[in-house]
Amino acid sequence: MIEIESVSKRFQETEALKEVSLSVRRGSIYGLVGSNGAGKTTLLKILAGIYRADSGRLTIDSQPVFENHSIKARTIFIPDAPYHFPNFTIRDMALFYSRIYPRWNQARFEKLGDVFNIETRLRVRTLSKGMQRQVSFWLGLPLMPDVMVLDEPLDGLDPVMRRKVKNLIIQDVAERKMSVVISSHNLRELEDICDYIGILHQGEMLLQRDLDDLKADVHKIQIAFSGDIPPALLQDLPALYQEKRGSVLILIVRGASAEIISRMRSYHPAVLDILPLTLEEIFIYEMGDRGYEIKNVLY
Amino acid sequence: MFELDLRSRAPVYEQLVEKIKELIIYNVLKPDQQLPAVRVLAGELTINPNTIQKAYRELEHRGYIYSVPGKGSFVKPAVPGNNTARLRALEDELAKIVSEMLYLGVTPQEIITRIKMQLPEDEGGKRDD
Repeated sequence: MIEIESVSKRFQETEALKEVSLSVRRGSIYGLVGSNGAGKTTLLKILAGIYRADSGRLTIDSQPVFENHSIKARTIFIPDAPYHFPNFTIRDMALFYSRIYPRWNQARFEKLGDVFNIETRLRVRTLSKGMQRQVSFWLGLPLMPDVMVLDEPLDGLDPVMRRKVKNLIIQDVAERKMSVVISSHNLRELEDICDYIGILHQGEMLLQRDLDDLKADVHKIQIAFSGDIPPALLQDLPALYQEKRGSVLILIVRGASAEIISRMRSYHPAVLDILPLTLEEIFIYEMGDRGYEIKNVLY
Repeated sequence: MFELDLRSRAPVYEQLVEKIKELIIYNVLKPDQQLPAVRVLAGELTINPNTIQKAYRELEHRGYIYSVPGKGSFVKPAVPGNNTARLRALEDELAKIVSEMLYLGVTPQEIITRIKMQLPEDEGGKRDD
């Protein structure tokens, strides 16, 4: 559905994106994560047809996006700082959208009023930050979009509203096979709703995989021995990361869990626990691999 | 229908597989009963529909459910045959529990009695003399 092939983008001296490729299937939710300044927003703006890539190819349904009205008519982009016209009320904005977007569904807009529950006669700019964001979703969903591009969309929403908005997105994905690309630093939240994850760092795509495969491939192991740690163990199973806490050894190991367990068992440990990693841990260890580590700064 | 533990480390799809399996094993979901449609469950749990689809495929692969094209997924009446991996994991868990009980001072005889209490009456649940 969405195909990006080796897209690069440069702003003066800054190389924002270097040969980034990704593809998003129809009805999939793609989570884009990355360090600050990694190029997430640039990538999303290219996806939404706001920026033009310096090189590379971007297509949605095999059509280029930039200046393409038929694609843009069924794409909604919610930026990290939503823009609304000065003095426009929610109803004015809805009227404006209904004239721009051919698929506008007025009944859906009215129905969503039950969810968002904000007076439509209020001027959007006078609302709080979180409420303005709600308005963005309220105006976005009635376009009946096929593609939703969201830049840190849930920030500033209260827990109840987060859940409601996530539910609305999921429903559109389930019922209408909408595709979603979503960037966030809240990895816990992405983990629940995404099926595909891409990690961006300094303009390059570090890795992208099916979320469940990603989680099935890396494990956190806590192992302890009644005597000394057998030295052969660490050569047998090369660890991405290891740490000794007292007599317990903590290892981050790649591979299938059944095989790791049987190998570990052969050293007769007193305690052996194997845990799946959270997305946050995967992110931190992968970044650590690239020299972007957590180091405590002491003053 | 059920809730998932969103704080758990286990992947969502694995949790789904385990939950549905449990419901089938404890006969909450009856044989030939229809499972909720993927899009319905996705909306109810606020979970990616692809993840639910994957869990259903896994359950079908393991022989707990069957799907009828165009109709949905249903609980399979027969007990699945190939359970070696799961049995192995359960044995491990049992071994862990037994060693912890021993460590805490429960006698082997008491442990045996406890286990026997869990077994059906006619299959070794009787006290030996």
